[in-house]
Amino acid sequence: MSDGQAGRRPGQSAHAARPPLVLLVPGLAALVFLALPLVALLVRAPWSELVEIVATGPVAQALWLSLRTATTATLVSLVLGVPLAWLLARGRLPGGGVIRALVTLPMVLPPVVGGVALLSLLGRRGLLGEHLDAWFGLTIPFTTTAVVLAQTFVSLPFLVLSVDGALRGLDRRYEDVSATLGASRWTTFRRVTLPMIAPAVGAGAVLCFARALGEFGATITFAGNFPGTTRTMPIAIYLAMEQSPQAAIALSIVLVAISALVLILLRSRWLTALGSTT
Amino acid sequence: MRLGRSAGVVLTAMLLASCSGGTPDDGPSDLMGSGTVAPAPDEITGDLTVFAAASLQGVFEELATTFEEQHPGVTVALNFAASSALAEQVNAGAPVDVLATASASTMEQAAAEVSDPVTFASNTLVIVTPSDNPGVVTGLADFADPDLTLAVCAVEVPCGAAAEKVFTAAGITPAVDTFAENVTATLNLAVSGEVDASLVYATDALGAGDTVSTITFPESAEAVNDNLIAAAAQAPNAAAAQAWLDLVLSDEGAAVLTAAGFDLP
Repeated sequence: MSDGQAGRRPGQSAHAARPPLVLLVPGLAALVFLALPLVALLVRAPWSELVEIVATGPVAQALWLSLRTATTATLVSLVLGVPLAWLLARGRLPGGGVIRALVTLPMVLPPVVGGVALLSLLGRRGLLGEHLDAWFGLTIPFTTTAVVLAQTFVSLPFLVLSVDGALRGLDRRYEDVSATLGASRWTTFRRVTLPMIAPAVGAGAVLCFARALGEFGATITFAGNFPGTTRTMPIAIYLAMEQSPQAAIALSIVLVAISALVLILLRSRWLTALGSTT
Repeated sequence: MRLGRSAGVVLTAMLLASCSGGTPDDGPSDLMGSGTVAPAPDEITGDLTVFAAASLQGVFEELATTFEEQHPGVTVALNFAASSALAEQVNAGAPVDVLATASASTMEQAAAEVSDPVTFASNTLVIVTPSDNPGVVTGLADFADPDLTLAVCAVEVPCGAAAEKVFTAAGITPAVDTFAENVTATLNLAVSGEVDASLVYATDALGAGDTVSTITFPESAEAVNDNLIAAAAQAPNAAAAQAWLDLVLSDEGAAVLTAAGFDLP
């Protein structure tokens, strides 16, 4: 905290009065709007059959695949996304604004179209995929690798934007001092910058994981749907909807519960990140 | 439900008011300026809402044009989606006049909300390959080849259930690489060359034209898929719904269905 209230968390100020109504009313409305549909889902859930539906082999298989691929996609995003965010914020790239817009495009692109884009590049007759197939006999669609690629494609921007925002909000003087003291740019990044943006990296990673876990459109389009290899939870839920909406709701609850658990476990990190980036 | 036919923008409000029970008709095409001509006894007016399986899109769009020519007072609104999704929407109280599904079971899902479903067309599976047939697929037996990249519909959707039936009938354990979410996605995998072969309906294969090669196989007779149509029990425009059913079941409707690759019952 650099606001001079050392040792005092936001919201704990002795002078904190009741929140103003103009903020309280729309704020609570937003909360209700986000929470109520989930409550409705919980009310409609087939609780008595929940265990029976969820404990089946195919569901456990889809859940396990989802957790594995979303974790891998998050790790890939960390390894690639933090450097990209640094380049955007510090790299003085020519046309940095254009590149930043490019990075956000996968966020606005309908995921299904993202899947088509990946197929156009890496599919068996794609720009690159054609050669991968001809030269190495390598085909990516319909593999678990394709699931991870699809999830990374849609979730990486969340990490990059989160870290980029933190870097740009950072007080450059710490890095300048480090450089004055003779540290190389890599050492400065590792020993000064990274520790200061760690909360934003954590928050970005959580967003990234949540997005990857819920990914559907790009996955089914690019990676397809095969039990154990590419059928993730969102795909299992979509297909369950075709036959039994009750089963689909049960599966959704499992996915929501897992996501909520992850978010709650990282809650303190999340709050700290918000505090340091504002 | 009969609309007062009068020209003039000033009468629009009256016109809307007279359109009781249905969706207000505010399209300028309904202000025909036909003066005070009394409508013929059998003339049908208003909106007609038809929910139909995605596989019926081409046929129903063509029939809608015919229908609007035959009944100039009616505006046809078509909604295409997976049959199961449509059945769910009908059960949830969607204001629909006609429901047409791609299977008997999906029509059964909406049984309480429709009256007297009839089979009006049927569809069988065929093999489609990319037009150059890179996997040299010749018949259903090739679906057991693990070296080929193969797609069928997920068993949860009607074309997937049909695929399972033909594999069982043929005694084949298929080496499928992906279970696509619907028949269009399955077809597109063959069109784009991502797979060596897909199983789709004859109508889809016909619709894809030269972009795919089509192979028929005898086991398809084991999984004939019926298309059912019914008027909604609570149809807001029952007269128009009946007229639509009449058109679909007429010789004219049969010709359009056959041209699209459907078999007739």
